[in-house]
Amino acid sequence: MNETMKVDRRDAKLAMAHIYVAFIALALGGLAGLLQVLVRSGKFTLPANINYYTILTTHGVLLGLVLTTFFIIGFQFAAVSRTAGTLSDKARTTGWLGFWVMTIGTALTAFYILIGEASVLYTFYAPLQAHPGFYIGLTLVVVGSWLSGFAMFAHYAKWKKANPGKTSPLLTFMSVVNMILWLVCSLGVAATVLIQLLPWSLGFVERINILVSRTLFWYFGHPLVYFWLLPAYMIWYVVIPKIIGGKIFSDSLARLSFILFLIFSIPVGFHHQLVEPGIDPAWKYLQVVLTFMVVIPSLMTAFSMFATFEMYGRSKGAAGLFGWLRKLPWGDARFFAPFVGMLFFIPAGAGGLINASHQLNQVVHNTIWVTGHFHLTLATTVVLTFFGAAYWLIPHLTGRVMTKTMNRLAIVQTVVWAVGMLFMSGSMHFAGLLGAPRRSAFSTYGNSPQALEWIPYQIAQAIGGTILFIGIILVLIIVTNLAFFAPKGETEFPVGEVAETAERTPLVFENWKLWIGITVALILIAYTIPFIDMIQNAPPGSKGYKLW
Amino acid sequence: MHMHKYEKIWLFFGIGSLFLFLTIVGVSAFAQGNQPPSCLTTIDPEKVDQTPPFNKPGLVKTGDNEYQLNIVASAFAYTPNQIEIPKGAKVTINVTTKDVIHGFEMVGTNVNMMVEPGYVNSFTKTFNETGEFTILCNEYCGTGHHLMTAKVKVVDKQ
Repeated sequence: MNETMKVDRRDAKLAMAHIYVAFIALALGGLAGLLQVLVRSGKFTLPANINYYTILTTHGVLLGLVLTTFFIIGFQFAAVSRTAGTLSDKARTTGWLGFWVMTIGTALTAFYILIGEASVLYTFYAPLQAHPGFYIGLTLVVVGSWLSGFAMFAHYAKWKKANPGKTSPLLTFMSVVNMILWLVCSLGVAATVLIQLLPWSLGFVERINILVSRTLFWYFGHPLVYFWLLPAYMIWYVVIPKIIGGKIFSDSLARLSFILFLIFSIPVGFHHQLVEPGIDPAWKYLQVVLTFMVVIPSLMTAFSMFATFEMYGRSKGAAGLFGWLRKLPWGDARFFAPFVGMLFFIPAGAGGLINASHQLNQVVHNTIWVTGHFHLTLATTVVLTFFGAAYWLIPHLTGRVMTKTMNRLAIVQTVVWAVGMLFMSGSMHFAGLLGAPRRSAFSTYGNSPQALEWIPYQIAQAIGGTILFIGIILVLIIVTNLAFFAPKGETEFPVGEVAETAERTPLVFENWKLWIGITVALILIAYTIPFIDMIQNAPPGSKGYKLW
Repeated sequence: MHMHKYEKIWLFFGIGSLFLFLTIVGVSAFAQGNQPPSCLTTIDPEKVDQTPPFNKPGLVKTGDNEYQLNIVASAFAYTPNQIEIPKGAKVTINVTTKDVIHGFEMVGTNVNMMVEPGYVNSFTKTFNETGEFTILCNEYCGTGHHLMTAKVKVVDKQ
């Protein structure tokens, strides 16, 4: 193995640059979130004519796109450097170029949102029309991420060339899968922005095909959530076993589950469009079936995690059915934060099954239930896992160590987050079942008795959201400490080893032609005919509107 | 590739219940007709006011106890916004929009659909209980989005 134990200083700088931007986005986006829950409680109005929907757009873009993409790319650069060796100068330069393109794009997008020229939400549904600068900024974010993806592919190819016939390091393999997923799905959003939205907002074309733009957006919008989730899975599969002192349950099963995610996370966008006109319900059902296929790798992941935990506990002499639970390192924030994230994934996954169910979707579509759902998946499972990773990744990259005090604060942070989210997401789920809409400022809908029923839940959301904001302050204190003030020293980048009992990994997992071929074939099957239908039977297009 | 015996059992039951579930959803959709609103009718969004049935929006009796409720959505209102439906009526709700995307949710019922420019969306529901329902826009459409609402009263027949 030519693994380096430590990420090279130059690669560390690149990774840290991404992580700084991610946490700045968390601070600003979190503040926007706090304002939203306060407004929605009905007890508070925004000062100085600030538009609720400007704040909502800021929150979605900063946390859904910026925090996630920057943290993921930073983490993956560190992961490939740690497991496949120091980046070449060329790959690193490309990475820096990607970083700056993304950062400039983010700044441009944020500027147009904050001056109120782009209150179109992060889903930017046409025919609401934002300033061209908003679309250009988002394009730069995506293009920058592609540059970083190419740098990772090149690094992987270099490793394969130097190690012919060998299985690549697991973390590098997983990073490559995630960037392929990202590249394939972001082609959709790039297409709608470059071919439709940008020319239309610049005035080159007058009208736009709404259903096509939405379909291209959701072709991207669902795999996007797997792009967030897979890095959390990397940490679960590879890092957590090492942190607890155990072994990776099976290298091949980990790779298999990643390949299944690649194949089944893209041809599924219609489950966001289940109650839309213009799409035949049979095609919706086909994509519902494909959506549910990700249940299989999810079940595999759950099994692997708990198998790792139980094997470790039993190796330490645990007895009884659940005795191994007591052997886990509960006092270690690097384990505790991601573990709480895993627990939240159980109700989150169950809610996801409801959302994607062909008919049941009608009950919850565009209600605040959905907001509650992705605040469990993204804002708890993924985010707590990322926080847990930051607790070793940042000191590893900055040459520092996490003190006991900071570790204790990180445990408190995790508990604060869990409690805040139980209140906020829990009440969002209940209010959603009673019909409260998402993406809406406070309203009693003309004192409708039905809308008045939601108010207690909206107050609970505000309480939960405020607790979560305290959680954000805590994590920012910890991250700042780890980046600038913690004592100097060596922190390990934990990379687990495979259990001795596991079998050799077959090379078929790195047959990219095969997997990308299947991915593309499924996309074509799921989308070609309905897409042709949309274009052939298209109604007259829409002009742009600025209604905020 | 080797798989642990317990994992095989776990996946067997997991994948088994998954396919059972998808079969139930499929039978409900295709054999019992419980499909999500997916109307394929198109319309010129700038000529909604001239296009029947939306040139005269409102409740229309189409048969014995059968009705059509045609509603026009626009920023930030539904036309009509006060609707009376006789109890027991089977109502096909048709909605379209004159401008941007809107939502159409009748709180407390399964009536929940996207309304997109250029398309009509449609869902049929029988109103068996008297009462009052709030209709609201659940898809962001601009500054007045949260003020976009209408009221449905289900009343006893005279």
